[in-house]
Amino acid sequence: MSITEVEFEAQGAEAAQEVAGRRIEGRSQWQLTWARLRRDKVAIGSLIVIVIMVALAIAAPAFVSLTGHPPNTAYPITGQDAAGNPVGPGTNGFWLGTDGTGRDLFIRILYGARISLFVGVLTTAIGTVAGVAVGLMAGFFGGFVDNVLARITDAVLAFPYIVLALALAVVLGPSLSVIIAVISFFAWAGIARIVRGQTLSIKEKEYIEAARSLGAGPFRIMFFDILPNLLAPVLVLATLYIPQAVVFEATLSYLGLGIQPPTASWGNLLSDAQNFYQQAWWYVVFPAAALLITTLAFNLLGDGIRDAMDPRTERVLAGRRRRKRRKPRASGPGGPTAEFPDPVRQVAPPTP
Amino acid sequence: MPASTGPADTAPVSTGQPVALEGILEEDVLVRVEHVTKHFPVRAGGLIRRTVGQVQAVDDVSLVIPRGKTLGLVGETGSGKSTLARCVAGLVPVTSGRVIFDGRDVTNLSRRAMRPVRRDVQMIFQDPYSSLNPRRRVGAIIGDPFAIHRTATGGERKRRIQELMERVGLNPEHYNRFPAEFSGGQRQRIGVARALALRPKLIICDEPVSALDVSIQAQVLNLLADLQQDYGLTYLFIAHDLEVVRHVSDSVAVMYLGRIGELGPRDDVYDTPRHPYTAALLSAAPAADPDTAAARQRIILTGDVPSPIDPPSGCRFHPRCPKARPLCSEQEPQLEPRLGDAPTHVAACHFPVEAGEDLAAAAPARSEVS
Amino acid sequence: MTLLEVRDLTVSFNTADGVVQAVRGVSFGVDAGRTLGIVGESGSGKTVLTQTLLGLTPGADISGSARFDERDLLQLTEEEMRHIRGERISVIFQDPLTSLHPLYKVGWQISELIRAHDKSVSKKDAAERAVELLSRVGIPRAERRVNDYPHQFSGGMRQRAMIAMALALSPQMIIADEPTTALDATVQAQILDLLLRLQRESGTALIMITHDLGVVADIADEVLVMYAGRAAEKAPKREVFYTPHHPYTKGLLESIPSSSAAGDRLRPIAGQPPSLINLPSGCKFHPRCGYVMDRCLSEEPDLRQVGESGFHNSACWLPAGAAGLSEEAEELREEAVHEERGEAAAEVAEAVAADVPGVAVVGIEGEGAAE
Repeated sequence: MSITEVEFEAQGAEAAQEVAGRRIEGRSQWQLTWARLRRDKVAIGSLIVIVIMVALAIAAPAFVSLTGHPPNTAYPITGQDAAGNPVGPGTNGFWLGTDGTGRDLFIRILYGARISLFVGVLTTAIGTVAGVAVGLMAGFFGGFVDNVLARITDAVLAFPYIVLALALAVVLGPSLSVIIAVISFFAWAGIARIVRGQTLSIKEKEYIEAARSLGAGPFRIMFFDILPNLLAPVLVLATLYIPQAVVFEATLSYLGLGIQPPTASWGNLLSDAQNFYQQAWWYVVFPAAALLITTLAFNLLGDGIRDAMDPRTERVLAGRRRRKRRKPRASGPGGPTAEFPDPVRQVAPPTP
Repeated sequence: MPASTGPADTAPVSTGQPVALEGILEEDVLVRVEHVTKHFPVRAGGLIRRTVGQVQAVDDVSLVIPRGKTLGLVGETGSGKSTLARCVAGLVPVTSGRVIFDGRDVTNLSRRAMRPVRRDVQMIFQDPYSSLNPRRRVGAIIGDPFAIHRTATGGERKRRIQELMERVGLNPEHYNRFPAEFSGGQRQRIGVARALALRPKLIICDEPVSALDVSIQAQVLNLLADLQQDYGLTYLFIAHDLEVVRHVSDSVAVMYLGRIGELGPRDDVYDTPRHPYTAALLSAAPAADPDTAAARQRIILTGDVPSPIDPPSGCRFHPRCPKARPLCSEQEPQLEPRLGDAPTHVAACHFPVEAGEDLAAAAPARSEVS
Repeated sequence: MTLLEVRDLTVSFNTADGVVQAVRGVSFGVDAGRTLGIVGESGSGKTVLTQTLLGLTPGADISGSARFDERDLLQLTEEEMRHIRGERISVIFQDPLTSLHPLYKVGWQISELIRAHDKSVSKKDAAERAVELLSRVGIPRAERRVNDYPHQFSGGMRQRAMIAMALALSPQMIIADEPTTALDATVQAQILDLLLRLQRESGTALIMITHDLGVVADIADEVLVMYAGRAAEKAPKREVFYTPHHPYTKGLLESIPSSSAAGDRLRPIAGQPPSLINLPSGCKFHPRCGYVMDRCLSEEPDLRQVGESGFHNSACWLPAGAAGLSEEAEELREEAVHEERGEAAAEVAEAVAADVPGVAVVGIEGEGAAE
């Protein structure tokens, strides 16, 4: 894909936009985004999955009373077979079977979801707020402020974060707050960098100059004029960061440096399960599936929101998603080469 | 105002040393720009940035704008007209010179000191798409001046915003809509309403209609004319479309590479341009009339506008000028009346264009200079 | 001889927000060596129209025909179209920066284009041809400037380089889409001058798409005025400018500042251009028209012959003889309006008059300038 071709595609999209003219009449940006998102089956499916997962996590105590199995209570008689191994799904009222010490796996997955989602959302929230603040200031003030903040951001991004996280967890001792601190610490930098770039481009818009000409001060401009324009990209970034944070937490817990037993988390469930993978497949499969489905759902939802917000991806064709760039045209005999597009060809070629 | 009659009444005056006021009373002057120069440093290098040159965006420009009048500022890309406007608006600090607004020196005031002046000086921007924040509602955008200057709150603010919307020809019920729901012309009206909110004395219009479709341009130009009449506004009107400038202006300044080439009452400048650049601009402007277009002798200028980082010596126009002679590259011409013109019509040219002179014929004699 | 004959071209795009009817049943012809000016505002469909001819509107629903040299452009395969583009028809766009590759030298881009279409040309010959083309479009010291990159060229020079590229394969037709809109007046004059000269030299047909009536007045032979995806008026240049028939054309001409004395009020067209997704009924211009009649609300007029020349076509229900800016023509128009304006149209007319001050509406006193 040559630079020019990317530009050509962009121009084509703009042309299509212009063709559509005032098609967005009567709707705000968010309404429009929602209208587009609603047609995206994958994104809506993901959203439903996330809502169910959150509902289940919230309702975990209800399931405890329903099944009569508190999360940390072991059932050596009903929950383990004669050899002391976990019992399978559906046995003795354990819907998804039991874990290595005869605890209800379903209940533990639900309580794990509480921890995982809590950590994922909270660290993302902390990271987003910090990242937006840093990126906004760096981009808006520029100069010395930008230099200092950008270097710090680069430094954080350059850290081998797993190593650092492990070191911190070892030094400070594993605990929920350490986990949250560590994950948040790595969350902000990526967001800050993107926010800084966005701020730099928004800063050049005429409406910022208009605000200055009215006498608005820097903080008013940052909060009233720039921030609202950052919300869309930040929302996408945040949605895409949540699954990373969930996996990060699971990774640390799996390595024994995160959430400590008996508190359940998806990471330590998986960690414990590896001792039983030959005897009890469910012990591995269900927590892993919960983790996979949740992270996948967040990722797909994030992609969907991004597509819904970026009018370029919509193009002229309803329903045709353009996640991947098309391959450059093969250069036929007599035709221009892929690196050197036909000057006439300004718009993207039609997909076969 | 006893002494002010005739064209002198409407014309800004600019000469080299102290700005003479030919027939304009001091209290009739709203804006006085005195020898304003704006240079932007050009920096290069990676970690250690150093200044390698200066973009001479505006260079020693002086002019005055009388109250209630419109000064049209014409020029091409790189002429410095937008920078000059931003110097007047206090949006960019000037390198040297003074800007006097309503009898008060407002040169390089701090943001705080500038605040009261901001109420009197407003801007209308070129691009109706990028000059309105897409994420904010129209009511909030037009209400910004009230919010920033804390002049009206709550219901009072809303009432005044809706009055403004009505005044510029927008439906006040669209108060809660977003800019994207309006067409280009309507958006420009939103920009006008915002500029009008604090009842300013001066509105700087930076290419206010050049992004609009022809059929919409006229709507906005009429609106601006009505507002000027109703509120006694003074306009500094920047445009590259000479017909638009002729339509709205009382007097016209033509800029080239950061300097004023010609300045005077509108009809004088349009009917008897003295600077060859003015003449070329006028001849190049497309006329929507086939017979005029066919009959006209275009003065085709050679080459492009040189870089403002390293402007030509002497008269900055000389490398492209069909009339250029050795003197032009050596000595800088002063802005003064030429060929017996009225003192209000000044041009910076050693060899001014005489009425009826055929510049188009003079052009091919010169070799290509780029 | 007619080089390009477009018949009943219709282009629409199916978007998530509805069907965008970009072009609706447009027909026109271009003769060799002539210039057709297509004038329209944003959203009039003028750009989509020409892009469709060149197969540059992927995903659009297209109907109609476009005969170019015995072949229908709309039926060609991508491979066939590639040979037409550049070799037979070339295009000049508004912004040359997006059409020139930033990382290759200008001369290389031109010679590579030549070689891409004709492999038998040697590299040396192609390079020489690039120099020749650049000097032909007035780039000084072309033999040195061929080795420059696009960013080293000024806006006007880039547009010249684009024109050189458009000429490289000696096409029969050039489509110029707002080629001077991004340029300053003095540079625009240079470029228009150049286009005219080159056209005279080579006998190429030229389609000039623009929003600027001044550009059309300057270089077009015939003019097609587009509104909301349809031809409003089609006529030789002088007739469009001096005896316009369609109220939209007339409104455009009257709203330019040069048409009235400086300082006077301008005469704008009321309202805003319509959305192409949700077009008004009948004549698409009726919600902005000062001559609105009852049938305009329900029936959309086709292009038909008006005026006296036999070449003047307009899509308006006003009488065929009512062309021009003269008082007689105005009287004819007013007469027709008085006869054919019923209650429904009167309501529309009042809305038109109320939209902006200064709009002239037949049958409404005070011209709506109440404010």
